Amino acid sequence: MEKPLTANFRPGEPLSLKEYEKLGGYQALRTALKMGPDEIIQLISQSNLRGRGGAGFPTGTKWSAVPSPKDLPGTRYFIADADEMEPGTFKDRLLMEGDPHQFLEGVIIGSYAIHAEEAFIFLRWEYTLAQSRLKSAISEAYSRGYLGNDIMGTGVNVRVHLHVSAGRYICGEGTALVNSLEGKRAVPHSKVPRQTDCGLWGRPTLMNNVETLCNVPHIINNGPEWFKNLSNSKDGGTKIYAVSGKVKRPGAWELPMGTTIREILEENAGGMRDGLKFRGVMPGGASTDFLVEQHLDVKMDYDSVQKAGSRLGTGTMIVLDDQTCPVGMVHNLEHFFARESCGWCTPCREGLPWVASILKAMEEGHGQPDDLDVLRFHTKHLGPGRTYCALAPGAMEPLQSALVYFREDFERHITEKRCPWR
Amino acid sequence: MATIYIDNKPFEVEEGQSLLSACLSLGFNIPYFCWHPAMHSVGSCRQCAVKQFRDENDTRGYIIMSCMCGVQDGMRISIDDPEARQFRAGVIQWLMTNHPHDCPICDEGGECHLQDMTVMTGHTLREFRFKKRTYNNQDLGPFLNHEMNRCIQCYRCFRFYVDYAGGRDFHVFGINRRIYFGRHKDGPLENEFSGNLVEVCPTGVFTDKTLKKHYTRKWDLQTAPSVCVHCSLGCNTIPGERYNMLRRILNRYNGQVNRYFLCDRGRFGYEFVSSDKRIRKPIVRSEIGDASHTVSSDEALSRVCKILSESPGIVGIGSPRASLESNFMLRALVGPSRFYAGLSDQDTRIVSSIVNTLTKGPARSPSLHDTELADAVLVLGEDLTNSAPMLALAMRQTVRVKPMDLVDARKVPRWDDSAVRKVMQDSKGPLFIASPAPGKLDEIASGTYHAAPPDLARLGFAIAGELSSNAAHVTDLPRDLQSVAQRIAQFLMEAQRPLVISGTGCGSESVVQAAANVALALIENGRKADLCYVLPECNSLGLGLMDAGSLDDALNEIRSGKADTVIVLENDLYRRMSSELAEELFRAARHVIAIDHTVTKTTERAHLVLPAGTFAESDGTFINNEGRGQRFFQVIACRDGIRESWRWIIDIMSEIGRPEVTEMSKLDDVTASMAEAMPAFADLPKIAPRADFRQRGMKIARQPHRYSGRTAMLANVTVHEPKPAEDPDTPLAFSMEGYQEQPPSALIPRFWSPGWNSVQSVNKFQSEINGPLVGGDPGLRLIEPLSAEHTVFFSHIPEALQHRPDEWYFVTLYHIFGSEELSVMSPGIGERAPAPYVGLRTDDAAALGFHEGDLVKVIIDTETQQLEVKIVPGLPMGVAGLPVGLPGISWVQLPAWGRLSTI
Repeated sequence: MEKPLTANFRPGEPLSLKEYEKLGGYQALRTALKMGPDEIIQLISQSNLRGRGGAGFPTGTKWSAVPSPKDLPGTRYFIADADEMEPGTFKDRLLMEGDPHQFLEGVIIGSYAIHAEEAFIFLRWEYTLAQSRLKSAISEAYSRGYLGNDIMGTGVNVRVHLHVSAGRYICGEGTALVNSLEGKRAVPHSKVPRQTDCGLWGRPTLMNNVETLCNVPHIINNGPEWFKNLSNSKDGGTKIYAVSGKVKRPGAWELPMGTTIREILEENAGGMRDGLKFRGVMPGGASTDFLVEQHLDVKMDYDSVQKAGSRLGTGTMIVLDDQTCPVGMVHNLEHFFARESCGWCTPCREGLPWVASILKAMEEGHGQPDDLDVLRFHTKHLGPGRTYCALAPGAMEPLQSALVYFREDFERHITEKRCPWR
Repeated sequence: MATIYIDNKPFEVEEGQSLLSACLSLGFNIPYFCWHPAMHSVGSCRQCAVKQFRDENDTRGYIIMSCMCGVQDGMRISIDDPEARQFRAGVIQWLMTNHPHDCPICDEGGECHLQDMTVMTGHTLREFRFKKRTYNNQDLGPFLNHEMNRCIQCYRCFRFYVDYAGGRDFHVFGINRRIYFGRHKDGPLENEFSGNLVEVCPTGVFTDKTLKKHYTRKWDLQTAPSVCVHCSLGCNTIPGERYNMLRRILNRYNGQVNRYFLCDRGRFGYEFVSSDKRIRKPIVRSEIGDASHTVSSDEALSRVCKILSESPGIVGIGSPRASLESNFMLRALVGPSRFYAGLSDQDTRIVSSIVNTLTKGPARSPSLHDTELADAVLVLGEDLTNSAPMLALAMRQTVRVKPMDLVDARKVPRWDDSAVRKVMQDSKGPLFIASPAPGKLDEIASGTYHAAPPDLARLGFAIAGELSSNAAHVTDLPRDLQSVAQRIAQFLMEAQRPLVISGTGCGSESVVQAAANVALALIENGRKADLCYVLPECNSLGLGLMDAGSLDDALNEIRSGKADTVIVLENDLYRRMSSELAEELFRAARHVIAIDHTVTKTTERAHLVLPAGTFAESDGTFINNEGRGQRFFQVIACRDGIRESWRWIIDIMSEIGRPEVTEMSKLDDVTASMAEAMPAFADLPKIAPRADFRQRGMKIARQPHRYSGRTAMLANVTVHEPKPAEDPDTPLAFSMEGYQEQPPSALIPRFWSPGWNSVQSVNKFQSEINGPLVGGDPGLRLIEPLSAEHTVFFSHIPEALQHRPDEWYFVTLYHIFGSEELSVMSPGIGERAPAPYVGLRTDDAAALGFHEGDLVKVIIDTETQQLEVKIVPGLPMGVAGLPVGLPGISWVQLPAWGRLSTI
């Protein structure tokens, strides 16, 4: 089984530029520069690469949405979203720490494909190791002529700027990220016009997730067919899956896209710790609906997980066991989401703290019978279209599914006036 | 036009607007917070949710925010849908989780948009049982009270203060439910339009601190339509009264003038009406400098009659801050040949030049709203922020007109504010500011030029010369300045709607004429160019149209001995002429009679003073800088000895048996007589309905139907409820009895509609959102331009300023807070006014060895004064600034050469 994304991972320091080149690094960039932007985009489209940031939007389609310089001349920007803040998610961190040049090569190819001469890496501020590794990778790439003006004599210019974010979950929302990068408050703004038309400083802007970009050099090197064949499903490539929670071997693994939840949990994570039983899993980070026992054989690809009632999200699972209070777990998450609400729209700003307060009260034995109705009111009215962005709808996903699958646990908190797990 | 279906009924609506605005225009009630008609949609509050259906078979539908959806032909929505209603009530419930429910002690109570919207959504029972968040409040200076606990985070304050008005000392802080709106630390809000937060804030976070000192609920305020007296723009206002005291000023929407906003001078300058310097009884003193005593009105009248009947000649000195009617009656009393405008020679000449340009040539004066629609602007010689603040606010919108092309090209709807700002970024349309000193608007200008007035005029003439071969050319302009002129000429020519702004601020007739030449040259080229002049006072243009002589002429008349008595109407001569000449006038005249409302140096010298009403106690008409005649109405019934100035004069004339006033007792008689006597004012009676106008047989009530305590208010004096004051002059009544709904727009005493107690109720009075008031906006243009064949260019080009050794060229510097005579008597405005100073640029001060704060001697003409030095970076070389008009600075005619020396 091929594991292109993590093939170069090794203990200690990641590959230097020289070592990376020796293993075929920056060959993709050379090829890409010869191909030209249109052909690159066509290749990426054919590969069925879908965005790994959570929404799963086809990458080729996104790239081709950027207007050509003929239609709209002038500056355009490329942004790599490395502000990985979804609770339970750490895949981008591993990729940036483990093989920074692979990521950087993806950034350069992406920038070139949309004629952007300026690229920003918007990095989560807690990722200090990734920061220092990216810094040295970037400076190596500059001195070797892979970055800067006239890359390898082709006349192509790409300059990469590493921007360390101030640390807000809302920056995962693309328009908020752009506001933040512009020095404004990190709140989302209008989706019209699209970022690809009018993003950073009003210019066409393309934004991709770290893992998505890491796939790009391999697609260029090996072709779209090879990439599609890596997968167990119709979405191309491999995927970094990860598991946290009380399993025997929490961790992250690169596996074919579409590996089942059971396989990931049992074969890679080693199953539940002794004495604990599986109760549920959030398949793609904290803002995805719980799946339970009956879903263990669901394939972890975008469409299959959606069909099962959740989202693939980032593909990094959080497992709930039978000795952990689901209400407490959900409270932990809602507390996080309430804190990270940017405060722009009413339902999210005022609704999430209310939800968190109710869950806290339940945990402390002060739950009231009407509380479940209030929670259901929120799962209904913090839905998509009612809030300004996807933060609150995402925050409602674990709660709404917990209210279905673990309803008795909520009820016991109220009737017993205490947390049964304490 | 598009057809939309609202709850299955079809409606025709204008395309290109948001659904919310369309529904409000149709008269539907949809609650909203973050949307504002002038600031449009951002979709943050989520209050205006409605349900949209894909087609007529769709029964489920989906929730949308009506402010964030454009009107589309055939769209089907439901306002009444139960799920949409539940969501809207839910939004209020969310907001209420932290709102303190302190309505009884909140100044906003009774006119609170949050209260209105809460009732509208039907939210009654709050299920939230946890602790509310609380904040510390800030001291934001003398104008605004800050109570952050009430905040519902609609972001309107920030969007107004920063995005709309260009403020920099206000921001959003914090995150999640701890969002905070305020300054980085305590301190007065620096922006000149901060007072609008009172009306922009949907609840009681920002309330009027001046009102708080003498608080009254909206429903207890007697209100009337009025016009601001603190500059020449004539913003429409709603003053509110209780217990004979003026309590506050609110904005009065006029689609052509100020629309939704006022400047802080206009909003907070009103307290001069309650000043302890008010004159409430007639005053007599036998000789100048003698002790004075008050007399009854009858006694005063008979003394005046005696003086007038014994006098060989009477001179009348009018005033640009008095109404047309008062000036006209004085003119009638003394005769047109002895009626003078009460301005210096130079000021009279400049105003007359403006009047001639606007009435005898093809250049049209735009309304304040028109100026917001221009796509290229040249400002010649004005510091708008300080001389006509609302025009400065308009300029901040004007520079966004041209970049709207980018927005349209991207097919972004103009109502989608955050998308519009995203596309526009920092791009701004052309605005060139040429003025003697740097101003706040410079930051949005595409170019600036700071020079002495003659040099500004030369630039203006050069631009006109570039535009037309018929206009006079400046032959010896430095090459770089000539290319600046070329650039300006080019962008003005390329514009669809170019605008030239100038005015009296420089004290230079050449500047006024140069600006006229630019506009005339553009018109000659077939451009639809507007020419906007800023004048010093609320009725400067009205007085200018009366074509009267100057103060110097008046003095000559007295010197000649043909007249020995002077009647001064609402005018402080010491603010119009040097104290030396003023003193001479007082010495030469046997009798000086002053009619004014407040103690001035002039009333302190006069032999007899008659107490006049301020704007709040008077009916009358002002003509603003556009030439728009606007009626203002009494909000306080005259009492004590106070009468409107024009009424004093009628009473004098009837006392001395003048035949023309036998049939004259009311305002309508005065306006009719004026219309007959002076063709320029033929339309004066049409500005507002006559006093005998009745709606459904009733007068318009100045007091709301909920006015409380009427029978108890004077119970400590008498248990008999006194009869309400009569108002023979207008169709308004000093009573809660009368018509309470929508009267003709000139008579709207307040904005209120069932369910809409806040200022937002204005949407019920507009023909459509952002459109004119129902029946047309109030006011009537009294001047119109002639056709283009009447173009006559001005040809007198001044010499460039030649520096003189040891002399400085002094120009006037203006301050929104301080330069205007009346507003500065209000404590809040006084607090914000700077101390008197003389301004010098850094290197000029250094060359003299002066430092900031040094006390120096300023000698101009015959006037010597001691002032502190203030460094004003950006003043032209050899030019010094003097804020004439500030209390503590003696009047001198500027610009003028003068000297500076150490003490």
